[in-house]
Amino acid sequence: MEKAIVLCGSAIGAGLAMIAGVGPGIGEGYTAGKACEAIGRQPEASGKVTSTMILGCALAETTGIYGFIVALILMFVNPFIGKL
Amino acid sequence: MDLNVTGAKIYCYLFGNPNLPITETLVNTWIAMAIIVGACIYLTHGLSVHPTSKRQIAAEYLVGMVTNLVHNNMGKKWTNFVPFIAALFSMSAVDNLMGLTGAFSPTCDLSTLLSWALLVFILITYWKIRTNGIGGYIKGYFSPIPVMAPLNLISEVATPISMAFRHFGNIASGTVITLLLYSALEAVNKMLFGLIPGVIGQVLGTIPFLATGIPAVLQVYFGVFSGLVQPFIFCMLTMLFVSSAGSTGEE
Repeated sequence: MEKAIVLCGSAIGAGLAMIAGVGPGIGEGYTAGKACEAIGRQPEASGKVTSTMILGCALAETTGIYGFIVALILMFVNPFIGKL
Repeated sequence: MDLNVTGAKIYCYLFGNPNLPITETLVNTWIAMAIIVGACIYLTHGLSVHPTSKRQIAAEYLVGMVTNLVHNNMGKKWTNFVPFIAALFSMSAVDNLMGLTGAFSPTCDLSTLLSWALLVFILITYWKIRTNGIGGYIKGYFSPIPVMAPLNLISEVATPISMAFRHFGNIASGTVITLLLYSALEAVNKMLFGLIPGVIGQVLGTIPFLATGIPAVLQVYFGVFSGLVQPFIFCMLTMLFVSSAGSTGEE
């Protein structure tokens, strides 16, 4: 019974941790939109804009990745089972 | 359906000592290093002043690319840094692309990334001390006001941790998501062909027809795109941190 409660809590926690995916999604969409605007204004600078955008996107992705790692640990490592 | 997401497998123990395991990460890292060294030897043997072979042109292009990257992001005085960045980039890229072959990617293990990030952290600290002196380095923690010291310390330690986790998370997430997709497709396959009665359905159910083709799209994104963007980001951050640590702010 206790184990079931812990597993259930871990699964819910993993789901909640993935809410962290919202922020990077919004941020990356905004970045891509701005990059489109910049390319529209200066098409000759598209190479530089694209590489900067990819770098910025990957940096913005970090917080989402943190959430994902927490979710993975909760789902597959089950750290709280050992504390029973 | 049993789905096991585990870290690197342990092959054996060095000298029978349980503290010295020989893991999949270790073996695959050595394989990656062998690939890189082999490629370097192949590309650079028999160089001539006027390049005639395609090999030499490729080698010159690669070296020129990394040199350009370092010059654009760090400045001309950091030319000594080119081999380090090239080594970091090629190691990371080969490790990531290794995952495409189905082998365990060494960058899927946090230890690999954490050791690289620690190397970068040591370089940052070295350049900070070298440009500002040991007094200036310690003083840097107490600026702008002494109360900020704990926060400065945390932000200093957070640099390597965030670098390591960013790269690790990207590669590990790709591996786990493709694994989930493969097992899901296998289950769907078993269910669909299980509808065919008799032995034929059972035999067809065990062959994962659906798992061919569909995951390729994801593999291209997670394997090739992420696998080449992440080394770039890692090198970019290394260059930015080290050059900002090595600049006195007067230039």
